Amino acid sequence: MKLSMWTYEGPPHVGAMRIAASMQGVHYVLHAPQGDTYADLLFTMIERRPSRPPVTYTTFQARDLAGSTADVFKNACREAVARFKPDALLVGASCTAELLQDDPGGLARTLDVPVPVVPLELPSYQKKENWGAAETFYRLVRAFVGRSPRPENIPANSCNILGPTSLGFRCRDDVTEIVRLLTDEGLDVRVVAPLGATPADLARLPEAAFNIVLYPEIADVTARWLKTAHGMPFVSTIPIGVGATEQFLAEVRALAGLPVREGLRRDRLTWYSRSIDSNYLTNKRVFIFGDATHAIAAARIASEELGFRVCGLGTYMREFARDVRDAAAKYGVEALISDDHLEVEAAIVAARPELVLGTQMERHIAKRLRVPCAVISAPTHVQDFPARYSPQMGFEGANVIFDSWVHPLMMGLEEHLLQMFRDDFEFNDGAAASHLHPQAPKPAAAPVETAPAGVIATWTLEAERELQKVPFFVRGKARRNTELFAQGKGIHPITVETLYDAKAHFAR
Amino acid sequence: MTLPDIATCAEPAPLRQRGQHEVFCGLTSIIWLHRKVQDAFFLVVGSRTCAHLLQSAAGVMIFSEPRFATAIMEERDLAGMADMHDELDGVVARLLERRPDIRMLVLVGSCPSEVIKFDLTRAATRLNARHAPRHRVIAYSGSGIETTFTQGEDNFLAALVADKATSRPAGAAAKLVVAGCLADVVEDQFARLFSELGLTGVVFLPGRDAINGLCVGPETRFILAQPYLGATAAALEARGARRIDAIFPLGAEGTSAWLRAICAAFRVDPARFDAVVAQPKRRAAAAMAHYRPWLQARRVFFFPDSQMEPSLARFLSREMGVALLEVGSPYLHREHVAGELALLPAGVTISEGQDVDRQIDRCRAANPDLIVCGLGLANPFEAEGRVSKWSIEFSFTPIQGFEQAGDLAELFARPLMRHAILTGGADRREAAR
Repeated sequence: MKLSMWTYEGPPHVGAMRIAASMQGVHYVLHAPQGDTYADLLFTMIERRPSRPPVTYTTFQARDLAGSTADVFKNACREAVARFKPDALLVGASCTAELLQDDPGGLARTLDVPVPVVPLELPSYQKKENWGAAETFYRLVRAFVGRSPRPENIPANSCNILGPTSLGFRCRDDVTEIVRLLTDEGLDVRVVAPLGATPADLARLPEAAFNIVLYPEIADVTARWLKTAHGMPFVSTIPIGVGATEQFLAEVRALAGLPVREGLRRDRLTWYSRSIDSNYLTNKRVFIFGDATHAIAAARIASEELGFRVCGLGTYMREFARDVRDAAAKYGVEALISDDHLEVEAAIVAARPELVLGTQMERHIAKRLRVPCAVISAPTHVQDFPARYSPQMGFEGANVIFDSWVHPLMMGLEEHLLQMFRDDFEFNDGAAASHLHPQAPKPAAAPVETAPAGVIATWTLEAERELQKVPFFVRGKARRNTELFAQGKGIHPITVETLYDAKAHFAR
Repeated sequence: MTLPDIATCAEPAPLRQRGQHEVFCGLTSIIWLHRKVQDAFFLVVGSRTCAHLLQSAAGVMIFSEPRFATAIMEERDLAGMADMHDELDGVVARLLERRPDIRMLVLVGSCPSEVIKFDLTRAATRLNARHAPRHRVIAYSGSGIETTFTQGEDNFLAALVADKATSRPAGAAAKLVVAGCLADVVEDQFARLFSELGLTGVVFLPGRDAINGLCVGPETRFILAQPYLGATAAALEARGARRIDAIFPLGAEGTSAWLRAICAAFRVDPARFDAVVAQPKRRAAAAMAHYRPWLQARRVFFFPDSQMEPSLARFLSREMGVALLEVGSPYLHREHVAGELALLPAGVTISEGQDVDRQIDRCRAANPDLIVCGLGLANPFEAEGRVSKWSIEFSFTPIQGFEQAGDLAELFARPLMRHAILTGGADRREAAR
């Protein structure tokens, strides 16, 4: 049993639902108790979908448990097929139904419905949302891609895009951006799946020369199977960030047999980041957490394109832990692989970042610690399904990223003036950045600064006062460094002198 | 306005539906209970689905200090490799260490915990032995298999009543208990009215903190402020308290009848009652009059959600001139809503339970002017060009009492006004005023 304040992923059947809701002509019958229909709201409210997701829930209640819940399930299947006439039926169980052991897959085979039935085995107490989505997509592709060999003479420039889903982080605009980029490069994009695809589209997957995996969390398994079964190569460089987008285009062109093209910088991030206004961003400490794809991409942008210093990097997806560990090694930090929100909080407290790039869940931590924060990855909420065009991928994605990551930081001039004059009645330590809160609320209590284990830190009153003169966004770091320095030198208590000795010691 | 004698009204035969239910489970009640009862922490014992439900609903707000969490059951728990009670003790210890300010810890049962028969009441008793009096521990079920939406609050209040019986030295018993979560402002208004009426010893359940004195005895009368409190009423009656029967305090008529029933029970002079409510009643009428043109003769269809539907429908039909097409409720507590049902116009369809696809068919066929439904259906209806009012807002808005009668009418009128503004209808300017 695990204490979870927040969970980074939903249960695996929500992943399955996302695949069904992404596609056309697929209906999902889910054996689930009354109340599990809350998941509809993810689609109708958070994503503002104008139609009900194609899911029928059996919604059994306590009184049904005495009778045959299996019959309830079979009726739901028959009625769903009769009413919605799908091209394919997904069947599965939610966490509670899993305990009943009604075996939806076995039951559906005895139904004799006139459509292909794809049973899903999603272990709710072991696996989570992304795994459920990946597994569902894989099962559907397996069901509809035949074993027959691929057609002859496939044009080398034809490709499929795999991975974008309903409720994925900015998938809607990423697909638009990447399809446009590829088309400009002379690529022929055949099938985008699962988002917008039909089962018939899945059957056509092998008719393209190669696959592009935009979201490995969803489509990596499927792309690997298509490679094994049909010899289709796939690109898995994720085009988030300017450098990554150029690398992605080079790889795609190579696979398509197109000549190498010197990239014309088509983004604004590069110049915005180069312009002197961005000078103060240099080496700002940033903590990055999210799904593996977005976290790794964010770390690269942060360190190579914006000049931040990555002081923490992690993911909640164990399936991709190795990739994140490799990336973290590049920045000299140890990767945090955890789906425990409290562990992430502890790591952020320890790393003392000036900016957190994370999920909706890190916004809770950042609020508590009064650290600026931007969202880079699912889980997200309604505000991250915006009306405006806001991709993360491609060159326009880089522009969006520059704006949204820099926005929460205090602007340069304000930062300078705060270091000069601390006691202004309006602009002071306790006030939030003035461009964010015209009526600055009373700030939350600053978190308790805990000394690292084994450090006995006592500060003289003067030293404590002097520490308060350090701007708040680096004060935590200064305290920690000073305490480490004092411990190393056996200094006790910490004086004003110690504070400045440590400052000089750690200066870079 | 005279009310018909409830005893002589014929019992209406509702349409009973079985099938797919598009409703929330009782866990959802945590979304408002955690704000009402500020010293309580709600710990759901369940699966990742339960955790996901809560954060999908509440996670749009950013919490420095969450006041709810989930103890997620894992495979080892189900396989019996770990003792569930030991595991829970560990989780609770970790939580209380992090949040020593929690005065009352509420263990909330879910579908998975109910199906495997994990006895949370027993767990609460054991944890109390360890953590009380510093942290009181109680348990209730908010599972979907047993509860729909607001029934979660019902079970919570029933558990509170049972706990008060065991945990506190008996003080003076309350004279009147007002049961049902009310917005702070509504509670304050009612408290002022009670004191003007000369009523003392009034206790609201839930109060703003869980650790307050509620003492119930044979001399206690209670009245329900919400229609979904079957278990709470039973718990109060088990302590000897007696219910004051009334319709619910929605709209001027409902509020007036509700207060009058209280006054009758406590033998308040009717002249005093009339004097006290005269001005608030006038204000309510004036406020409601603004919205009447928007609602008069409009045809409204209710999907089941919170059990407030019969009361809301009664308000709309009698005070706003609305034509009712169907009034769906997840459950009808025959005794508690008898008065409301008696006041509904003859011939209106009352439905209990749901078969959502068939109900949608009925709704489309009836082609209402306004559909009151949950969030899973609202946007899809809007996309069909229909106008909807999402029902969850009735649980999240101050709507009871005289001063909120206009606000309640406005909640129904707003989507219609918005529709007029955005479609450039003839009444656009009127709506934008």
